Amino acid sequence: MKESIHQIRLLDDLARRPIPINRLHPLVKLLTTVIYLTVAVSFGRYEISALLPLVFYPVIIFSLAELPMADMLKRIGWVMPFVLGIGILNPVFDHQTVSLLGLTISRGWLTFLSISIKCILTVAAGIILIATTGIDRLGAAMRMIGFPRIFVLQLLLTYRYISVLGDELARMIRAYSLRAPGQKGIKRDAWGSFAGSLLLRSFDRAQRVYAAMCLRGFAGEYNTGNIAKINSRDLRFLAGWGAFFVIARIYNVPLLLGSLLTGVIK
Amino acid sequence: MSHHKVEVRDLRFSYPDGHEAILKVSFTIFHGESVGIIGANGAGKSTLLMLLMGILFPDAGEILVGDTHLTRKTLPMIRQRLGMVFQDPDDQLFMTTVHEDVAFGPRNYQLDEQEVEYRVVEALAQVGIPHLIDRAPFKLSGGEKRAAAIATVLSMKPDILIMDEPTASLDPKSRRRVMGLLKSFEHTKIITSHDLDMVFETCQRVIVIKDGLIAADGSVEEVLENQQLLDDCGLEMPLSLQNCPNCGASKQVTQ
Repeated sequence: MKESIHQIRLLDDLARRPIPINRLHPLVKLLTTVIYLTVAVSFGRYEISALLPLVFYPVIIFSLAELPMADMLKRIGWVMPFVLGIGILNPVFDHQTVSLLGLTISRGWLTFLSISIKCILTVAAGIILIATTGIDRLGAAMRMIGFPRIFVLQLLLTYRYISVLGDELARMIRAYSLRAPGQKGIKRDAWGSFAGSLLLRSFDRAQRVYAAMCLRGFAGEYNTGNIAKINSRDLRFLAGWGAFFVIARIYNVPLLLGSLLTGVIK
Repeated sequence: MSHHKVEVRDLRFSYPDGHEAILKVSFTIFHGESVGIIGANGAGKSTLLMLLMGILFPDAGEILVGDTHLTRKTLPMIRQRLGMVFQDPDDQLFMTTVHEDVAFGPRNYQLDEQEVEYRVVEALAQVGIPHLIDRAPFKLSGGEKRAAAIATVLSMKPDILIMDEPTASLDPKSRRRVMGLLKSFEHTKIITSHDLDMVFETCQRVIVIKDGLIAADGSVEEVLENQQLLDDCGLEMPLSLQNCPNCGASKQVTQ
């Protein structure tokens, strides 16, 4: 549990580092990510090779931002059960076959692979966005493009309250395990009272945090301070990646490169 | 300086479950006074603070800050003048860095970002932690968190400081530092605590609450040296005023 709380706070720590990628304007990073996600999900179920150039974005930003690979991969791994849940039945229902590199495989497996790649890319892009921007600046960027105040506020407070909830849960688990030596996990009989107690405690704590916010003038707007104006470097980032994503969407880049290398294009 | 005055008149409050936490409380705290509010657990101290800050609203009676009645309408203006430091600093520090937390209040009052920056630096310097400006609050020690929580309130430049158990859960050195800080503030101060030695050192006046009523209101010496009164209210004389536990010799009161 403590590890999970650390993981949440790790993203805040990463976003605070004074590195060039973190200093980019949050709006630019948000727009780049939105374009990236739109392009990634717009590919058809069987267009796997055309999807591959999109791997460059997370890989390059990962290395520029010096994000800890193991931690980030672990986060991406959290969504894999959902991907499996969604895509695992495709090979069962889609029996048609295709020939790929001399191999005959079910189209169901292709769609499963396509779903997996898209999921990994989109989750990676989301993690990169938060780990290089920080949730507060991201909220400010969302407000800039006209997201409703209430929606942004919900997002920011939910993010804050996750750690409040996590803290309470960690304390309760510690107290429980100290009085239940040798017991693995929490007994099923105690789940109900445990969940109820957690809800009441976190509600109480959230009330105190909210009171502390109100006492310091909070009136529904989450002010994160001034953010510097968009400069030419930010625009170059947006234009460069935007152009790359559009090209990757229009042309099948791996196919073109392959054709170039094999001398088919004349 | 009547605008720094806090006046409480015939205050009554009961919780929705029927528990009457405050029965009838009246007092006036004047500009520059440092007042300790003490009492046993459940006496009504925290409820009283919440009423003063407008987190709860009384069933009867009124609260005046300066000449302004505390109502839902005047709440934003009054809260700008009263700064409250919570018992648990973790309730107060919820942003990603100390800087963001200290800037939270001034930004909510739409101050110019340059002024916000100035206030953040000034508040952190006042509590002696300017070097922690970019640290994450959850990584601070107990004493540092307390100092940061005080800074979050100081940055709003309140006229009156209200503190709930400011020395709770602190080690002796941190406690001493916080006490030094409290003594250095020239604000009107309202401090609730069970740490009567701290109250003895930092306050001039003490109000004792018992079962929702004021049991005593007087100078710190008058109240804290009255063993009978403190016993009746479930309290003990401050250690610094108690006789030597070994030989029984009385201590000389120095303040």
